[in-house]
Amino acid sequence: MHMPLEDTLGLNLLAANQHQAEHNREHFDAWKLLCLNVMSSPGAGKTSLLERSLAALAPAFTMAVLEGDMTTQLDAERLEAVGVPVVPITTGRACHLDAAMVSGGLHLLQQRLDPAALDILWVENVGNLVCPAEFEVGEHRKVALLSVTEGDDKPLKYPVMFREADCVLITKTDLLPYLPVDVDRIEAHIHQVNPRATVIRVSATSGEGIEGWHSWLRQQVQQQVQQQNAAHTPALVMA
Amino acid sequence: MHEVDMTKCLLLSMHEWKQEQAPATPVVERVHLQVGTFTCVEPDQLVFTWRAAVQGSWLHGAELAIETVPLVGRCVVCKSTYSPSPDTGYRSPCCDHPMEEIVSGRELRIRSVDYCLPGAEAAPHQTLTTTAAV
Repeated sequence: MHMPLEDTLGLNLLAANQHQAEHNREHFDAWKLLCLNVMSSPGAGKTSLLERSLAALAPAFTMAVLEGDMTTQLDAERLEAVGVPVVPITTGRACHLDAAMVSGGLHLLQQRLDPAALDILWVENVGNLVCPAEFEVGEHRKVALLSVTEGDDKPLKYPVMFREADCVLITKTDLLPYLPVDVDRIEAHIHQVNPRATVIRVSATSGEGIEGWHSWLRQQVQQQVQQQNAAHTPALVMA
Repeated sequence: MHEVDMTKCLLLSMHEWKQEQAPATPVVERVHLQVGTFTCVEPDQLVFTWRAAVQGSWLHGAELAIETVPLVGRCVVCKSTYSPSPDTGYRSPCCDHPMEEIVSGRELRIRSVDYCLPGAEAAPHQTLTTTAAV
């Protein structure tokens, strides 16, 4: 005999991760900061872009980085050299960050600084175009990178990542003269799976497009501050 | 093989549900999942890792039944539904419009759980049915 029990809340397969992600986001909102989840395949240029952006934005914004890496702390060391606090999160064999790992990183970050002083918290995810797309960490915006060397078909082959992204950066555009790749086609493919994504072409090496990317970022910080002020989020104490 | 982490997360979600049933520990016979094709989950691998993960746990012996939900888009121009495909760039076949609205295919959902609560004499099997969208 089966007795149906209606549960109006519903249960997501990833409910446990989502609960932790929402908890993280409540903290971010209480601290009035913008949290960005930066994702891409390995080698698309996340760390190089962050090096450039952190240095350029440091005079205007107080920032910190949670740096996901499978085994090493090499990326964390590169970013710390820019002068921004970095907490490395070594994921071991896990190919993505999840909300609990980011929560652990936040506790470590709190030992070094007061997160309420931050304007932007960057979460640099593990290089992977598949798994990070499904695991929220509490971010306000998702930023996906796709380098011109990866080929124009990647948005169609890994559509979930590009569908979920608020902003897609086409990176390494300084290499375009040397590659048989059509950057318009890359952009068209991104928009086919996600017509709402903001797409910006950048090069961390030449600086091309960086100002456009930073301008998008400033808009997001502004929007987030307005939303958080409107919500009057009460201060939370980390459990 | 991130299905291992997906399974871990599913087990945590099930554990949260179990705690809501306390002090009773439900005996779970089967967990019904809906998995959309526009997700990063491979159903066969999820079943494989589930079988390994539940051994010796409170879910020992519980089966995982997965219903695959196809990707369906709705064209925002002509409002007709269609099956987006990478071969056609996910565009709607009618108007060639990009994939703006997704009707189904993003599900990662515990649809229902067949279980019984021991202790209650002649306890009937119950089905927890979840109704809300993902």
